Amino acid sequence: MFQLKNVKYKNILDIKQLSIPANKITCVVGESGSGKTTLLRLLNKMINCTEGEIFYNNNAISTINSIELRRKVVMLPQVPAIFSGTVRDNLLIGLKFAEKPLVDDEKLSEVLNMVHLDKPLDEDADKLSGGEKQKLALGRVVLMDPEIFLLDEPSSALDEDTEQIIIEKLVHYTKKTNKTLIMVTHSRKIARTYADNIIQIKNGKVLNQKGE
Amino acid sequence: MDKVINLQIWQIAAAYIFIIILLFIVKLRGIPREKEILISSTRMTLQLILTGYILVYLFQNIHPVFTIIVIGIMELFAIYNIFKRVKVKLSQKIKRIITISMVLGTTSSLLYFIVVVINLSPWYDPRYFIPIAGMLIGNSMTGISLGVSRLVDGMTAQKHLIESALMLGATPKMASKEIVNNAFDSAILPTINSMVGMGIVFLPGMMTGQILSGVSPVTAIEYQITIMLGILGSVTLTVILFVQLGYKTFFNEQQQLDIHNWEF
Repeated sequence: MFQLKNVKYKNILDIKQLSIPANKITCVVGESGSGKTTLLRLLNKMINCTEGEIFYNNNAISTINSIELRRKVVMLPQVPAIFSGTVRDNLLIGLKFAEKPLVDDEKLSEVLNMVHLDKPLDEDADKLSGGEKQKLALGRVVLMDPEIFLLDEPSSALDEDTEQIIIEKLVHYTKKTNKTLIMVTHSRKIARTYADNIIQIKNGKVLNQKGE
Repeated sequence: MDKVINLQIWQIAAAYIFIIILLFIVKLRGIPREKEILISSTRMTLQLILTGYILVYLFQNIHPVFTIIVIGIMELFAIYNIFKRVKVKLSQKIKRIITISMVLGTTSSLLYFIVVVINLSPWYDPRYFIPIAGMLIGNSMTGISLGVSRLVDGMTAQKHLIESALMLGATPKMASKEIVNNAFDSAILPTINSMVGMGIVFLPGMMTGQILSGVSPVTAIEYQITIMLGILGSVTLTVILFVQLGYKTFFNEQQQLDIHNWEF
């Protein structure tokens, strides 16, 4: 799905060769500041690599329109973004941004259920707690139904039990719908349990990559 | 019509005495602003005397080149003033957009009002052209300054929301829509507010001036209405141009938020 060749980003990342398989769960692990988020931002084309090239389905991403790419390869940032409005507005805004057809409340409730967020759709999103905001932002991304999920620590603000439940549902959903999930995580347990593929990054370099 | 009271030197001197009394009070209360009051009063006096004589010269020597030079100088000062007045750091790209919006927005409104509305002949008659240009350019300057501050502040403060929107596949236009709308609102709000209060809360400067110089209030009002519409048009056009072109300077051609030009 993604191939990285001699990719450098400033003095933050230096990856000789890396390939990320399609329809698999890939976990990116490593210390903070090692360049995990930078890797996701490169794949989502929020930044361009300073050297080398990244290929998406064998096309160099420098030749792909950024917006089209981002609509297929959706990224969830570590700090959840909450836009003004209700829970409903915040779920639908992803579809609006990506110019996809909107869905009905039933589908929205389904997604809220999946991310374990028990809040009415009309609740003001600004009043949610940190963990609830993270769940809401995750729900928004799931609703967009992209080919690839790029999740940057999607469960950092959640307690361990909830984290387990939500990630399990997410992994199940990814497998069922044949999607690709690339997730930065600090939890070794999650990486060990769910990943088909683990990329370990240290000081901007890929230390090792474990397949199944 | 009553005849106009021409102010005598001693009458103007009395106005200055008023300021000297004011200075005395300010000093007595220990407010450290005597210097500013003195400097601003002196500057105002010198600038207006100079302008008065220049205008007399221009009115006696009517020539299109003179009129064009004057409006050119006005535009330059206005643009320089915007750069100075906005407290945030401006990139070269956004400075260029400010210049383009000011020049295009004000000159097109000005031409419309001079040629179509007032039907001035010759079009460069400085007695009409220069005061009208001054009012359009001055008000557009105030509007765009507010718009620039709001846009730059909004883009900086809400960087995270904009990036998050981009990550979801939003175009730069969608991602910055709210900030652009806010910038537009805050830029034209003063003009809207002044129109709402006009005639009831205060009498506008131009109308007051005309009435003081012996013109019938009805004529003065006709001019005031026309010029207010002109100001509203010019401010709106200038600010629309600015926000529509301005937000783009924050993004590069890869639709990435271009933070390298900005200091956070």
